[in-house]
Amino acid sequence: MAKPMKLSGRIWALRGPDGAAIENIDTDMIYHNKHLAVTDMNEMAQFIFGNLDGWRDFPGKVKPGDILFVGKNFGSGSSRQHAVDGFIALGIQAIVGESFGAIYWRNAVNAGMPVLRAPDVFGSGIESGQEVEIDLTTGEITNLSSGKAFAAGPMGNIQMDVYKAGGLFEYGRQGGKSAMPTDVV
Amino acid sequence: MGKTIIEKIFSEHTDDSSRVIPGETIWLKIDVRSARDFGGANVVKHLIKEYPDSEKIENVAKTFFTFDCVSPANTIPYAENQQISRVFAREEGINIYDVGQGIGTHVLIENGHIRPGMTTVGTDSHFNIMGAIGAFGQGMGDRDIAFAWKTGKVWFDVPSCVRVNLRGIPSNPDVSAKDVVLRLIREFGASGLLGKVIELYGDYIEAAGLDERITIGSMGTEMGLISIIIPPNEALEKELKEWTPGDFGIIAADSDARYEAEYTIDIGNLKPLIAAPFEPHNVHPVEDYQGVKVDSVFVGSCTGGRISDLRALAAELDNGVAKDINLRVVPATRRTIAKAIEEGVYARLFDAGATISHAACGGCASGQIGMTGAGEIQVSTGNRNFKGKQGAGETFLSSAKIAGRVAAKGTL
Repeated sequence: MAKPMKLSGRIWALRGPDGAAIENIDTDMIYHNKHLAVTDMNEMAQFIFGNLDGWRDFPGKVKPGDILFVGKNFGSGSSRQHAVDGFIALGIQAIVGESFGAIYWRNAVNAGMPVLRAPDVFGSGIESGQEVEIDLTTGEITNLSSGKAFAAGPMGNIQMDVYKAGGLFEYGRQGGKSAMPTDVV
Repeated sequence: MGKTIIEKIFSEHTDDSSRVIPGETIWLKIDVRSARDFGGANVVKHLIKEYPDSEKIENVAKTFFTFDCVSPANTIPYAENQQISRVFAREEGINIYDVGQGIGTHVLIENGHIRPGMTTVGTDSHFNIMGAIGAFGQGMGDRDIAFAWKTGKVWFDVPSCVRVNLRGIPSNPDVSAKDVVLRLIREFGASGLLGKVIELYGDYIEAAGLDERITIGSMGTEMGLISIIIPPNEALEKELKEWTPGDFGIIAADSDARYEAEYTIDIGNLKPLIAAPFEPHNVHPVEDYQGVKVDSVFVGSCTGGRISDLRALAAELDNGVAKDINLRVVPATRRTIAKAIEEGVYARLFDAGATISHAACGGCASGQIGMTGAGEIQVSTGNRNFKGKQGAGETFLSSAKIAGRVAAKGTL
């Protein structure tokens, strides 16, 4: 099934009590190490943000199709795939962030979760509950509630190809060609 | 055009060497691929689900399980995950370092599996510690690692590289490698060099031994770096050969290598530093916290559990551990324990009142050697002090020497 190139959904803007974007959210805040033995993706959903002050009730409030907006260096820390897969299990469609931890970024790409870097996203005044549309081909993000548009970096070649394939394994089976000249398998 | 160390390593491990340019994506051939008890069962699950009817492992000789995260398992789900990995290793003929051997990254270095110039990946976010011996290491999630086990490759965005020169040698005898890396984190923060590589130079680093290099290399993750790569030298090669005889090549950057930026940091007057709760980059001079009452001290982890750390700790404990403080020591590897016994360090720590565990990761994961309670102040030689990570208390990060001093006094 072809993957959609335009996504729209309700915004969750990850702000702290002072209203500013929370920075440096590490994977222990997203998905605490006491639940690392879980291997079933669906079981991971309930533990998302279980160690992040003010956001512990997130799994109960989120709806499939929602889109998460995060601040700088989201997902720093450990290599746990759980911290991405839990959002997929919750039905989060995409994560837009000012920047991401390097391993977290890879894990999202490999899972086929669209992640976009938009350095000034919080400056545009996004708020939880607003509706947003994202064009994955151009990286253009339109806040449908406020009418404001802003630009995220477009998805890279491999990121787009892995997304279209539905994840790293399927991408590999298809030859892993991407923009890269050599095949992987 | 000259190459940085990471560009040299990548060029030798890809069919697309002309594309080894920062920002390009390449398929990188991986020399050593590992998974821990954390993530290991997830890797096995992916391989069984995704490749039911074909070979699951590209090269078993290059593939390793290391059990170090919750070791031995203290919950049934962890025990089951270890058993899934153990049985899979047996069936497929994969190498395994089971419970008690120590921290996977350290075990793989000590036993000569990983050498300068290699490419390596594992389900440990501190796998970039391999920069300490001039190798490329990267922690990755279980999908990446399963893919690497199956194909021997991962896709990778060639990172840009900055050169950092450390000027001077710290004159303060209380300063050690941990203070040097905390100084780097204070400089660049948690994301100032996000996604980049540091190549590290200077007289201090040139003279640093394996243990010091490991301590420094282990905290690249807390700076959001791909890795801190320390150029290996002959002294390091000699030290690695003492652990495992064999052929260890030295890799160096070209003299005309191009760096995205160059920074010089003076460490001649460096004072002992500490990372205060709840962020590793919340770095201050230890003296700023003088007199703060401490309840527990943890010495171990991939940052601070080597024999040099245990020696530095023991040297502070001639009069024993303060009465109302608990000191927990987790040596990095079984071979570290053997050295500690041989040198008498183990006995000194024991006599001082330390609780000494078997070799493993220790404080960072799931309470392997205990958790902190609300209000508890802990000093740790580890690399992370995020809120809630090691319990409900507050954790300061320091060197083993400072941790030892705190254990003796009961205060910072």
